Amino acid sequence: MGRYLLRRLLIAVPSLLGISVVLFTVLALAPGDPFGDLASNPAVPPEVRLALRAKFGMDDPVLVRYFHWLVAMLHGDWGFSFVSRVDVDTLIWQRLPATLFVVGTSQILALLIALPVGVMSATRPYSLFDQIANTFAFIGFSLPTFFTGLLFILLFSIELDWLPFVYRSDLAATGWRWYWEEFRQAIMPIAVLGMFQGASWTRYVRSAVLDVIRLDYVSTARAKGLREGKVVVKHVLRNALIPVVTLVALQMPAVFGGAIITEQIFRVPGIGSLLISSILANDTPVIMAVTFVFACLVILFNLIADILYGWLDPRIAYR
Amino acid sequence: MAGSTPASLTADAGGAREGLAPQISPALDAWRRFRRHRLAVASAIVLLVMALAVVLGPTLWPVSINDIDFGARLQGPSAAHPFGTDDLGQDLLARMLYGGRISLAVGLAAMVVSLVVGTLIGAIAGTARGSIDAGLMWLTDLFLSLPQLPLLLLIIYLFRDALKGLVGPEGGVFILVVAVIGGFRWMPVARLVRAQFLSLREKEFVEAARALGATTTRLVLRHILPNALGPVIVAGTINVADAIIAESTLSFLGLGFPPDIPTWGRLLFDAKDYLDIAPHWALIAGAAIFLAVLAINFIGDGLRDVLDPRRVM
Repeated sequence: MGRYLLRRLLIAVPSLLGISVVLFTVLALAPGDPFGDLASNPAVPPEVRLALRAKFGMDDPVLVRYFHWLVAMLHGDWGFSFVSRVDVDTLIWQRLPATLFVVGTSQILALLIALPVGVMSATRPYSLFDQIANTFAFIGFSLPTFFTGLLFILLFSIELDWLPFVYRSDLAATGWRWYWEEFRQAIMPIAVLGMFQGASWTRYVRSAVLDVIRLDYVSTARAKGLREGKVVVKHVLRNALIPVVTLVALQMPAVFGGAIITEQIFRVPGIGSLLISSILANDTPVIMAVTFVFACLVILFNLIADILYGWLDPRIAYR
Repeated sequence: MAGSTPASLTADAGGAREGLAPQISPALDAWRRFRRHRLAVASAIVLLVMALAVVLGPTLWPVSINDIDFGARLQGPSAAHPFGTDDLGQDLLARMLYGGRISLAVGLAAMVVSLVVGTLIGAIAGTARGSIDAGLMWLTDLFLSLPQLPLLLLIIYLFRDALKGLVGPEGGVFILVVAVIGGFRWMPVARLVRAQFLSLREKEFVEAARALGATTTRLVLRHILPNALGPVIVAGTINVADAIIAESTLSFLGLGFPPDIPTWGRLLFDAKDYLDIAPHWALIAGAAIFLAVLAINFIGDGLRDVLDPRRVM
């Protein structure tokens, strides 16, 4: 397992480098000049502007600029936010926990929906339950997260007035009350994301279980007198989850995309809403850093998926 | 697809002609199988109605999309305004019809981009093999692990103004949005095409064509590609839905089309601040996106049963 992990880590490095190249290319190809504002500002003499350009290495060859940029990124030296007047990394570290909390919890919720429903559908294919579940799954991943979010706000915040629709990081309560308030304000963003993911995963789980459940070793397990529950959980599910993990890993970029939207709707103070607000405020260093952080998160979660993969299917880990 | 028609049919047709099922063309066979998928047929009808409404609507409902009427702000549905009005008193039905054109056009155009790029890369990788294949697949995997929405936002943020200057605000954003959305959706298509190529190129009919002296270009274009298209069409259908969602997402975040172009996502973005007093506004725009995407997904599902019988998902 240790060697497998190491190999996976080594594979993650080139993809991280690849992503950094893509990011840097986008930035380098972009028209316009980060110091364009200074050029139009009459109070800044041209010599100062040129000195600044030289200081930030704007006139160096592309490769040199890329390496400087990469080294700075890896050092966590992500620049200085033009708008918030703080270092970008402090800004991101402040925002990251909220994003991870919402994304992580919603993924758990999605699993809690997808696993039982998918398995139930597959054990009774084409039954009434299967058809209803399938229809709901279709509706679930056809409803864009921004629309579900608005529907939730309309229903639970405006009509019923049960839940707050603005996520606050400075709750005035303490102790159990704080947990309760935190729970109440987190329900809607988590449910929106979790239901969307859960809907598409239900279909993956169903088809993966369907592929496995007719295999001979499952009949053997039944024939030797195991309870149905044990057959499904220990024999069917473990093998069915192997392709599901791959598909879930492929969905990671979409998950973080959904997180950006939900954060924006419910004003969750995470890095997603930071990205949107800095794009609206033309705060380039923050935009670059947040995109980079999202890329790292995707790769991190892919790595976790790989570890799960090795645990589910030891043949892969020992190959 | 080649194996989908029962082999016995051709054998029977030669022997006893009378009293047996008539010869069925592949298109008719496909239509029969599609028809069995009732939800897919219903979805096709819904989508057709939406497309017709969007294309013909502005002539049948000749109300301007920018007529401002402060006397009729945020009104619910009525005879004069079947879908109600927005915060400036503009007619929502007219805006929905106009916006639907752009939303659906973006979806279709982005699908075409993704299919062309994906088929090209998949075909090159599947034909060339070796290091070219490995490199292209690495690129595909890299693109699959890119955080798409942040990059989408980044690219649009960086390039929007430049393209706007080149081809005007509407056209510039359209080209940018289509190119970028299409550019992030080709990977599944490329993988599918490559997998199909790898299995098809070993088949006997390809072998036979090669033995007859067909060039690689002819092999690919005439024999392999047409047989590989089934799953690609399915993936393309799903891509339309994805692209519509992506465009709506961009507009919803306020970073897509400019405010005077009311795409469905943009309408939703404008409506969200009036959720408590004018919920019809958000509901209509959201329902249109939802309905279009749901219909396309169902059609894709039906097509998958028709064109790609082996895959369950």
